[in-house]
Amino acid sequence: MSVVTALTSTERLRAVLASVPDPEIPAVSVLDLGIVREISAARVLITPTYTGCPATLAIEQAIRSALDANGCGAVAVETTLSPPWSTDWISDEGREKLRAYGIAPPPKGANAAALKNQTLAECPRCGSSNTEEISRFGSTPCKALWRCKACAEPFDRFKCH
Amino acid sequence: MSLTIYAQRLGDDSLILGQRLSEWCGHAPAIEVDLSLANVALDLIGQASHFLGLAGAIEGKGRDADALAFRRDVMDFTNCLLVEQPNGDFAQTIARQFLFSHYQVLFLERLAAAQDERFAAIAAKALKEVSYHATLASDWVVRLGDGTDESKARMIAGLDWMWRFADELFVMDDVDAAAITAGAGVDKAALRPAWDQRIDAVLADAGLVRPAARRATLGGRTGRHSEHLGHLLSEMQFLQRAYPGATW
Repeated sequence: MSVVTALTSTERLRAVLASVPDPEIPAVSVLDLGIVREISAARVLITPTYTGCPATLAIEQAIRSALDANGCGAVAVETTLSPPWSTDWISDEGREKLRAYGIAPPPKGANAAALKNQTLAECPRCGSSNTEEISRFGSTPCKALWRCKACAEPFDRFKCH
Repeated sequence: MSLTIYAQRLGDDSLILGQRLSEWCGHAPAIEVDLSLANVALDLIGQASHFLGLAGAIEGKGRDADALAFRRDVMDFTNCLLVEQPNGDFAQTIARQFLFSHYQVLFLERLAAAQDERFAAIAAKALKEVSYHATLASDWVVRLGDGTDESKARMIAGLDWMWRFADELFVMDDVDAAAITAGAGVDKAALRPAWDQRIDAVLADAGLVRPAARRATLGGRTGRHSEHLGHLLSEMQFLQRAYPGATW
């Protein structure tokens, strides 16, 4: 296979994956979330966000269906645990999509300290940083529940992970 | 053989605690607490599926994580006794989580550095989740211990109930020794001083003291369980017992 063909096929796979939304947060694609770790003509390698994330299987099936529908049935979908997924892998574009969707994106590169979520979240609605954590766990394992003290709206915050 | 048991023990700890926590779903004192406990349960069951899947793969007899979770009887479970203890009230549940999550953080930190990449990969993944559980439980120990007279009394009673099962977490046996030789083991006994330190620091913050030392209750690792586990399994395994092989 020539280099050009290989490039073309992985670019095409990338486009297909960009059209597969996360089942829990449809505003972002599986590419935006950084769960696609490798794309080659032979396989798409993905990693789960959380070990118990119920969306893991749905994501794998959605990717499989999208590949099949776009004539990429020979491309395998495989999963890996290592290295563990990090919210640092969410793309800048993905962060903006999250914010527009009403979810405060996680700060980048704050992995270590952020397990305690000590950094403040910016309200995705009014932009104020006068916010507080209500609950360490929100509607899904990857989100915490926050409240904006400026506009009084509750919001989800993507946890640093 | 013993590496199979080793992986199975790790899976059983997470599975049984996850199942216990899921009993709170829809019953917790507040929606935030309900979400927290359900999410911790989800993390633990996710970890269990990986460790049990690995146990089945090492065993090589075609059993997957579901087969190990749903088609073993109570004496074949190898979880520690702490995780099968009943939820009691919210403080008792938090006491169990507090003692276990701090142990799990220390354990997984070591396992993530193991030579055996299969174990190390699951450990590194789970560690991020479990660190969150330890923080959550510690925060609640402080909030309840340093709260009202009622919450403090309940936190003390919860710790008192769970304390006798803590020693078992650090007991080493032949399975652990063989796992160390195989490059997948952790010297659990060596984790005790760091665990003591963490527990004591949080208790001090909460204005609490350690429960009085007592004779340890052991047996979970070799299948000698309290009566509580059978009841838990009867609910967890109902579907596969009544409809063998049923799938979604």
